[in-house]
Amino acid sequence: MNLLVCVSRVPDTATKIFVGPDGKTIDSKGVKYILNPYDEFALEEAIRLKEKNGGEVTALTVSADDATDILRNALAMGADSAIFIKAPAEPDSYQVAHNIANSVKDKNFDLIFFGRQSVDFDSFQIPSMVAELLNIPSVSVVSKLEVNGSKVIAERDIEGGKETVELSTPCAISAQKGLNEPRYPKLPDIMKAKKKPIEEVAFFQVDAAVEVISIALPVNKRVGKILGDSDSDINEIVRSLHEDAKVI
Amino acid sequence: MSINRNLTNEQIFLRDSVRRFAEEVIKPQAKDLDEKEEFSYEITAQMAEMGFLGAFLPEKYGGSGLDYLSYIIIVEEIARVDSSQAATIAAHNSLGTGPIYDYGSDEQKENYLPQLAGGKLWGFGLTEPEAGSDAGNTKTRAYQEQGEWTINGSKIFITNASTDITLGSTVLAVTGQQPDGRKEFTSFIVENSNPGMECRQMKGKMMWRSSNTSELYFSDCKVTNEYILGKRGDGFKQMLATLDKGRLSIAAMGLGLAQGAFESALNYAKQRKTFGRAISTYQSNAFKLADIDMGIELARNYLYEVCRMAARGEKITKESAIAKLYCSELAHKAADHCVQIHGGYGLMKEYDAERFYRDQKLLEIGEGTSEIQRLVISRIIGCFD
Ligand SMILES: Cc1cc2nc3c(=O)[nH]c(=O)nc-3n(C[C@H](O)[C@H](O)[C@H](O)COP(=O)(O)OP(=O)(O)OC[C@H]3O[C@@H](n4cnc5c(N)ncnc54)[C@H](O)[C@@H]3O)c2cc1C
Repeated sequence: MNLLVCVSRVPDTATKIFVGPDGKTIDSKGVKYILNPYDEFALEEAIRLKEKNGGEVTALTVSADDATDILRNALAMGADSAIFIKAPAEPDSYQVAHNIANSVKDKNFDLIFFGRQSVDFDSFQIPSMVAELLNIPSVSVVSKLEVNGSKVIAERDIEGGKETVELSTPCAISAQKGLNEPRYPKLPDIMKAKKKPIEEVAFFQVDAAVEVISIALPVNKRVGKILGDSDSDINEIVRSLHEDAKVI
Repeated sequence: MSINRNLTNEQIFLRDSVRRFAEEVIKPQAKDLDEKEEFSYEITAQMAEMGFLGAFLPEKYGGSGLDYLSYIIIVEEIARVDSSQAATIAAHNSLGTGPIYDYGSDEQKENYLPQLAGGKLWGFGLTEPEAGSDAGNTKTRAYQEQGEWTINGSKIFITNASTDITLGSTVLAVTGQQPDGRKEFTSFIVENSNPGMECRQMKGKMMWRSSNTSELYFSDCKVTNEYILGKRGDGFKQMLATLDKGRLSIAAMGLGLAQGAFESALNYAKQRKTFGRAISTYQSNAFKLADIDMGIELARNYLYEVCRMAARGEKITKESAIAKLYCSELAHKAADHCVQIHGGYGLMKEYDAERFYRDQKLLEIGEGTSEIQRLVISRIIGCFD
């Protein structure tokens, strides 16, 4: 079985994010990057399929930054090889999808896995776009998967319930939390990952479909205000109760 | 943002993986095992599966092939949640497999190391009832008769020595006198299956309650020459060098415990309210937390740097004593503040603070007491010359 897992490099969910000086990108200084948490479910599922049916697992990422670190992490979890496509600038979903589709179109993957979303920009678009570009069926937010030969049965989370769908390989699957319990990478595997191959593929030029105009952090308003019993403070309380809190 | 300390991608990933394992597998059981004073075969097997038992052994012996700093990071991360499991790993690697790897013959290494990386444990028998700080006062003796050695004596407080999965221990014995009149010490490999050695588990510990601690008794215990570790007469030197490195793993336990106690105290202080405010906003608590954070940051820098020295094969007698002393006293202070910040709840078993408070105490005693560390440092800086 020939399996591809598309992974992304995202800021650690515990990291404090700052906006870069251009107002359009995240300031990457001092930010710790990790393998997108949803991609771990995708990787685990692919590795289990390989363990059951034989074959190979390839991890792939498209990134403007050096993302070989998270590819090594995917290799430590059990992927056999990796593909790194370095973008000249922060790519949009459309460019990423084109690059994935372009680099794998001749590689005959039976299943292409994704996390249901990247927890950085949360666009939810790439799995469906890649499937469309490759003209293969796709199913998103999968929480249970069964693969028998070329027949694939996927259960997906829908509002208030589950939906079961059937499709055939080749196909694209995006993984939901709960699809499996991702393994802990073992220490010898972390060391062995250093020796596994990462192939660098040139960026496929295609124009971006959307442009980021600005990004901003949620404003954290100070809630408390300390006022004394001076006349001006009392006036301020009355004004504030009328105008800010609008309670009188 | 945090200082990156020049960790490699592998070291960061390894730390994150071990932290997840410690949080998800060890932490939920730590309190219960401590309460029952029970060694967990299940967790030990899972740790073996993760590759913790052969942390720095090369692949050819079934080890994980890690650098020394990566090993220390593992110990630190486990101690952040549970000192007992950290003790099993630290003692097994630094004191158990370490000397066999450093001084063993090829046959000894090929025979024991793969088993020790794969799930069996090994003890390090130095301390005796009358020889702790004063290891030179070792009473255990071995004499040679027709190519066979006979050992008599006893050892006490030996970590990992009497579990069902313990293969044996390295034992220091007096084997004669050197030409200059001083005692000659030799290390022997003694397997638990040897009928001349009896291993008894010690119960009733205040701390490290789910780590195995044992007494060893030797009565006409017979071993052949092949069971000498390294060369006859090298025993004391080997033990001292082993302790130099071993102290780094105790330092890692102190650092990890301090980190765990710090996080627990900070969380609690931000949630607990008195007089309408979170107690973390009272300066007396905030400053305690700031002090511990500062101590942890500095200790981590120092310890990691000494690990790099050790990996380069440099002599680290003073540095490992400093790391061990500083980190264990930091753990003491962190656990103390952690309990204080928890108030009455800090004294109850329901909270981790109480376990941190007990577990830290060993660190100021084991592998050389704090007094002995100060002795080592003051000797090296020339106080007694
Ligand atoms: C849980 C546990 C696990 C252990 N694991 C192992 C193990 O795996 N292998 C092993 O060999 N040992 C092990 N030990 C033993 C440990 O290393 C010793 O307990 C330690 O070295 C102290 O020796 P002691 O208990 O004999 O104390 P003593 O040497 O009797 O010391 C008593 C007190 O006197 C002080 N003191 C002694 N001499 C001096 C001096 N010259 N100047 C100033 N003060 C001094 C000490 O600092 C201490 O405060 C373990 C101990 C424990 C509790």
